[in-house]
Amino acid sequence: MKLTVNGDTVTLDGATVADLVTQLNLHGRRLAVEVNRDIVPKSEHATCSLRDGDVVEIVHAIGGG
Amino acid sequence: MSDPLHIAGKSYSSRLLIGTGKYKDFDETRDAIEASGAEIVTVAIRRTNIGQNADEPNLLDFVTPDKYTILPNTAGCFNAEDAVRTCKLARELLDGHNLVKLEVLGDQKTLYPNIAHTLRAARELVDDGFQVMVYTNDDPIVAQELESMGCVAVMPLGSLIGSGLGILNPHSILLIKEQARVPIIVDAGVGTPSDSALAMELGCDGVLMNSAIAHAKQPVLMASAMKKAIEAGREGFLAGRMPKRVYANPSSPAEGLVS
Repeated sequence: MKLTVNGDTVTLDGATVADLVTQLNLHGRRLAVEVNRDIVPKSEHATCSLRDGDVVEIVHAIGGG
Repeated sequence: MSDPLHIAGKSYSSRLLIGTGKYKDFDETRDAIEASGAEIVTVAIRRTNIGQNADEPNLLDFVTPDKYTILPNTAGCFNAEDAVRTCKLARELLDGHNLVKLEVLGDQKTLYPNIAHTLRAARELVDDGFQVMVYTNDDPIVAQELESMGCVAVMPLGSLIGSGLGILNPHSILLIKEQARVPIIVDAGVGTPSDSALAMELGCDGVLMNSAIAHAKQPVLMASAMKKAIEAGREGFLAGRMPKRVYANPSSPAEGLVS
């Protein structure tokens, strides 16, 4: 399926948020995920299914004041 | 001397809060924070770089949530909706930690707060259970309004973010502090240790800074200087300054002079 992840088009081979996180080499990192503007808690990454056309945001903490 | 800063039910021995932006690398960030003695450290929330290396370093591996109180900010948000959304992402990122630094900015040139949106976002966040430390202008009426909404700390600017111009209106900061029952933390504008000391001498509860340390020629040394300035200013405030006088008043006794 094709997703929009952080503004870029990504083709996902798997089905869930956890699959996407793994495919992007982000597994095990401290991050937060939003799908279509709703937050998906970490505890639901493995069970939250994605659908073609979903808009995903994945964020992390960086330096800031 | 035990003189803790209380914010949202937690006690801190340091009254210096510092940002993590603009450092050369994460090692320098960590060393500067260490030298500053800060216990509350701000971070920004941004998109991850997709397609990054699995071993790319992460800020929170250097500045860890078990050692520091991480204060996610809403820097870069120019409306209430984006700011609230960012806070919700931050809460998820930090496992339910609900202390946030709210800043809703007015324009790119001044980064002056947009007060209408700041008030709206503060209301929404407080209602949603967030503990809100809020960046605002140096208007005592706005500060009062934010406090009455339930913000846990009010953080007026000394001058524009990143300007290093110091505290341009100490009289307004004093008015804000006099009426406040929540901590007042000067956020933005501090450039030198003496600026920090002035904020503390005015009776403020703390100072939050980033550029003053990160943009110093030697950030780690400046972090140490700021720590001392904040402590000196605080002790000076608690000690109570001498009254000002127009004419001289000798420190040595007039009696017993040889003649």
